[in-house]
Amino acid sequence: MSEVLIQMEGIDKQFPGVQALKDCRFELLSGEVHALMGENGAGKSTLMKVLTGVYQRDAGMMTFHGDELIVPNAKAAQDKGIAIIHQELNLAPDLTVAQNIFIGREPKSLGIFLKEKELHRKVKRLFERLHLDLDPNELVANLPVAKQQLVEIAKALSYDSEVLIMDEPTAALSDTEIDELFVIIRQLRSSGVGIVYISHRMDELKRITDRVTVMRDGCYIGTVATKDVTNDQIISMMVGREIYDTSKPARHTGAAEPVLEVSGLNRKGVLKDVSFRLHKGEILGFAGLIGAGRTEVARAIFGADMFDSGEITVKGRKLKPRQPHDAVKAGIGYLSEDRKRFGCIVDMDVKMNVAAASMGRFTNPVGWVRRKRIAEAADGIVKMLKVKTPHIDQEVKFLSGGNQQKIVIGKWLTRDCDILIFDEPTRGIDVGAKSEIYKLLNELAASGKSIIMISSELPEVLRMSHRVVVMCEGRITGELSQEEATQERIMHLATLRV
Amino acid sequence: MTIQNDTGAVQTGGKRAVPIIKPGAMQQVLAFASLVILVLVFSFSSPNFFQFTNIVGILLSTAVIGVLALGSTFVIITGGIDLSVGTVMTLSAIMTGVFITYWDLPVPLGIVGGIMTGAVCGLLSGTIISKMKIPPFIATLAMMMIAKGLALVISGAKPIYFKEETGYSKLALDSAIGKLIPGFDIPNGVLIFFGAAIIGGIILSKTIVGRYNFALGSNEEATRLSGINVNYWKIVIYTITGTFTGLAGVLMASRLNSAHPSLGSGYELEAIAAVVLGGTSLSGGKGTIVGTVIGALIMSVLTNGLRILSVPQEWQTVVVGIVIVLAVYADILRRRKK
Ligand SMILES: Nc1ncnc2c1ncn2[C@@H]1O[C@H](COP(=O)(O)OP(=O)(O)OP(=O)(O)O)[C@@H](O)[C@H]1O
Ligand SMILES: [Mg+2]
Repeated sequence: MSEVLIQMEGIDKQFPGVQALKDCRFELLSGEVHALMGENGAGKSTLMKVLTGVYQRDAGMMTFHGDELIVPNAKAAQDKGIAIIHQELNLAPDLTVAQNIFIGREPKSLGIFLKEKELHRKVKRLFERLHLDLDPNELVANLPVAKQQLVEIAKALSYDSEVLIMDEPTAALSDTEIDELFVIIRQLRSSGVGIVYISHRMDELKRITDRVTVMRDGCYIGTVATKDVTNDQIISMMVGREIYDTSKPARHTGAAEPVLEVSGLNRKGVLKDVSFRLHKGEILGFAGLIGAGRTEVARAIFGADMFDSGEITVKGRKLKPRQPHDAVKAGIGYLSEDRKRFGCIVDMDVKMNVAAASMGRFTNPVGWVRRKRIAEAADGIVKMLKVKTPHIDQEVKFLSGGNQQKIVIGKWLTRDCDILIFDEPTRGIDVGAKSEIYKLLNELAASGKSIIMISSELPEVLRMSHRVVVMCEGRITGELSQEEATQERIMHLATLRV
Repeated sequence: MTIQNDTGAVQTGGKRAVPIIKPGAMQQVLAFASLVILVLVFSFSSPNFFQFTNIVGILLSTAVIGVLALGSTFVIITGGIDLSVGTVMTLSAIMTGVFITYWDLPVPLGIVGGIMTGAVCGLLSGTIISKMKIPPFIATLAMMMIAKGLALVISGAKPIYFKEETGYSKLALDSAIGKLIPGFDIPNGVLIFFGAAIIGGIILSKTIVGRYNFALGSNEEATRLSGINVNYWKIVIYTITGTFTGLAGVLMASRLNSAHPSLGSGYELEAIAAVVLGGTSLSGGKGTIVGTVIGALIMSVLTNGLRILSVPQEWQTVVVGIVIVLAVYADILRRRKK
């Protein structure tokens, strides 16, 4: 009943210094959700980009419905009915939601004149079909990452394609939106669409996928039916070794002195009377739904956004951050949730990105850059976080998504801050590296650093935090100790609206 | 994917009140207000300012730089820049002179030829930028020098005068509308400028070219991945800029009734200044034609007003520079507040 939609055979792809794909295979049936798994840098995104004409393969065969598939560019794939949601957000921020969704397919008359009304009708119909509550006229620049992701999803779905590829669609979403997305995926599956699903969230595998193909180091490892294997078996196929599970962090006494005190932080329409304390050596989890205002708290403390009133005290001294520089001087580091826009400088190489937040340490008094020291530091980070890069002179834009994220973490580790704010630190990071990062956070806390961890993944918050602050609609709705914190309690507080 | 329940905090709560002025239009309103204020200030300072002839003079002197700025708006919205518009305008003027004076072609043909000269230069710049991947700054810098050199070579470094019997100067200076409505003697040049602005506005906001123009300036990679032929549209956009530049050259030649090979360089910066005053962002993705028209008017009102107040030429330039800084800073402050 289900037919073979896509067949890829013997695919090779070489980048300068990197063999990204070696003799890779992949098969997609109609009406299946097929997971593509592998560590960061395994080649998942590259394989899908070869399929959709973003990259051209060096060798191999591709067929679609049994006929040879020729895709010289992205448009060719689209026209054939193969749509992709890329891992990195690909929207034009200065255009509206509606304009972004139908870019390249604008309804027009006489070949050049835009028919705005018809565009709006189409978008409205699409949103109704998907039960999406987005304002089509809002500029994409004004949307938070999660909503941008929803726009991307809507855009891909609007093509009515036979093949839909989703490269980490849920990385920026919280549970409610993921549930909604899965409803849509199931609908598509039953109507015969073939779906490729890339994700690092293991719990999603059993919920939504039918088969799993695993890749490692650019090679094909195997394809299995999801119901026949355990998650651990898949993980060991991915990494070729066992992953140890991090223990919960040692209990925090809570008696240590507070290093960061925030009281009565207000920003009109965004934050309401936010107060909390962060102690030395503590990991403070921030939970909440998307749009709860967690990132906004972080950005206010870091001086990236202005706030209307409130007080921030760092180690007993008042901090009035007017720009991130002030916060960094006070010993605060902030790892942004939006790595492409605020996290790393993608056109610069690995070593300069690692050094970017600590140039003072890497220059001598006259301003001469100490290249050797930078190289040493970068080498250290690459080893510690197992960053997959041919060398530290590689430009960051050529790294896989997860490895870019590691570079941003490395940048703040290099800076050696006393207070670290990690906003969605493990977004897009594979299971192996995730547990490395958890271990690292535990070690940092044990050595006396204080950490705020914002995360939409509840299991992660529960596992890592000494204490959990829950936010809803810009307010703090509750605080839970390690013992009190459960999934249910957090969800209750996260939806506690006034 | 119903997510209305957690929009509250980040967005300013549920349904937002519809602002009276669209947020994007705020900059134009501000620019327009500054223009009005400038006019008022000069009118009160000198009785000579708000005279029909003086206002017409201002409009006429806006025409050339204004058309040039209209064209520049397109490339600047892509996040690019065209440094060649000044000298390409010169070259277009010279070519018009060659066609009409040396080759004795009929005036309309000469005009088309002049405009085409600009279009071809734009086409070339666009091709160099998109196919050879040379950054716009450098590609158009090269084009600026090429056009400058060609203008000198072709004209033999001497001005080309139009013969009186061709009536070429009527193109800009005569008033067709004055014949229809006696007393309302607005020169054609001004009308051409406004006509060009309307066409530019339609292209930018109503056509596919405009849509891709903004998309390119906003996120080129995303635009490419959406299956849009980015190279093709870039070439189209640079050609549009070139076409407007050609028109500016034709207008300038008509206004002076001659084409001067050394007049024009430096105009590109004034054009860019007008565009920026109008609220178009040099980093691309934002901008309007109305803004550019207002920006160009501000520039010429300022120079004219200062001249009437007998501020020396040198100081006029200084004041214009300061105004640019203040205008752009006001815009930045406004954005930051949001
Ligand atoms: N354009 C490029 N130039 C050079 N190297 C590249 C390029 N794109 C990808 N690579 C390299 O190819 C390898 C595979 O990258 P890819 O993005 O496919 O990984 P991935 O499996 O999607 O990882 P992640 O889970 O982190 O997204 C990586 O080592 C990466 O550095
Ligand atoms: Mg990837």
